[in-house]
Amino acid sequence: MDLINLGIKSIFIENMVFAYFLGMCSFLAVSKKVSTAFGLGLAVVFVLTITVPTNWLLSEFILNEGALSWISKDLATVDLSFLSFIMYIAVIASMVQLVEMVIEKTSPALYGSLGIFLPLIAVNCAILGSSLFMDQRDYGLAESAVYGFSSGIGWFLAIIALAAIRERLKYSNVPDGLKGLGITMLITGLMGIAFMSFMGISI
Amino acid sequence: MSTETVDKPVKKESEALLSKRRKKIVSDPLNDDNPITIQVLGICSALAVTTQMKPTMVMSIAVIFVIVFSNLTISLIRKLIPNRVRIIVQLAVIATLVTLVNEVLQAFAYDMYKELSVFVGLIITNCIIMGRLEAFALANKPYDSILDGLGSGLGYAWIILAVAFFRELFGSGAIFGFEVFEAIGFSSDGWVGMDYQANGIMVTPVGAFFILGLIIWVQRNKTGYVEN
Repeated sequence: MDLINLGIKSIFIENMVFAYFLGMCSFLAVSKKVSTAFGLGLAVVFVLTITVPTNWLLSEFILNEGALSWISKDLATVDLSFLSFIMYIAVIASMVQLVEMVIEKTSPALYGSLGIFLPLIAVNCAILGSSLFMDQRDYGLAESAVYGFSSGIGWFLAIIALAAIRERLKYSNVPDGLKGLGITMLITGLMGIAFMSFMGISI
Repeated sequence: MSTETVDKPVKKESEALLSKRRKKIVSDPLNDDNPITIQVLGICSALAVTTQMKPTMVMSIAVIFVIVFSNLTISLIRKLIPNRVRIIVQLAVIATLVTLVNEVLQAFAYDMYKELSVFVGLIITNCIIMGRLEAFALANKPYDSILDGLGSGLGYAWIILAVAFFRELFGSGAIFGFEVFEAIGFSSDGWVGMDYQANGIMVTPVGAFFILGLIIWVQRNKTGYVEN
């Protein structure tokens, strides 16, 4: 039950985009068409679901203070947690490379439309952010897996919603200076207000 | 170098330390080619830390430090990096510098470290830094790269400071923790006769989106930049 609550919480209440502004760069840049947004969203969900538990294993068995004691008693005092940034980003970067290769093989059309933003998932803050939050909040393995998956879903929903709005927006008359990024920021703000209504729910 | 061949120009005209071109490298990202408002990079951290001026200031300094030194490092080793692994190399350089910042903050400014929490770590994924390494440091000399990093860092800094200024002013009625509205008379014994009613929405993420959207509008009206 706790896991389901955590899932709902991280999809709606603590939504990656609207509560923490994570993954904004690709959120703003790849949300012009629903189909592209859908592909990127799926890739992000996939990468998140794998990297968060992987990074949990990494920090539990290698990086934390005393984590190396399973190798030998002498290493029980070693604290490698200062290496966590580098290790996490290495896991993420290699996972993204893998996803890129899979998409290139299975769906060249999607690969073409995602373009530069596929490798840039590696620097999508939502992904590193989830790993860091996982670390900071002391989640367990099952919790990390649920957290990774559901924050991915939250991001996925957010980008699909924004892309749908922006597709409609093409036919509206927007002041010149607000075209593109400006109006998108304002829309994201309004969507954020809608998502704030979830904050009242206590789970 | 002793292996220098004759057909190479032996004496290259040295460029002034702050020539026109170099000044342009620094000044372009401040306005015309701003990383946040024009290139749409580095938005994540721009919004997350800007509820108050003080953490924003720390964040700007950290980002400027990381961007300048990662630009310098990558520029120094640009000829040694094989093209295929460059992303990993860049990430490793950035992550090392960010770890340094993180440790320094943890040691000397623990409160600030707690307040910024994961957002220091997220400097790694700040697209501005990655973007400058890809677009500039990989193809330019060290000194120019430092200037470019400085320009982009400052361009980033002034935008997030502007956002933080409005958010803190309206959200909590203060600047750097100094109660501005109270000082000009918004209190029960001042001439207004009542406290300043803090605008709660400015403290929430939503306020940041609105402020940044409006800043973009104003700036683009001035520069005449139109996105199609």
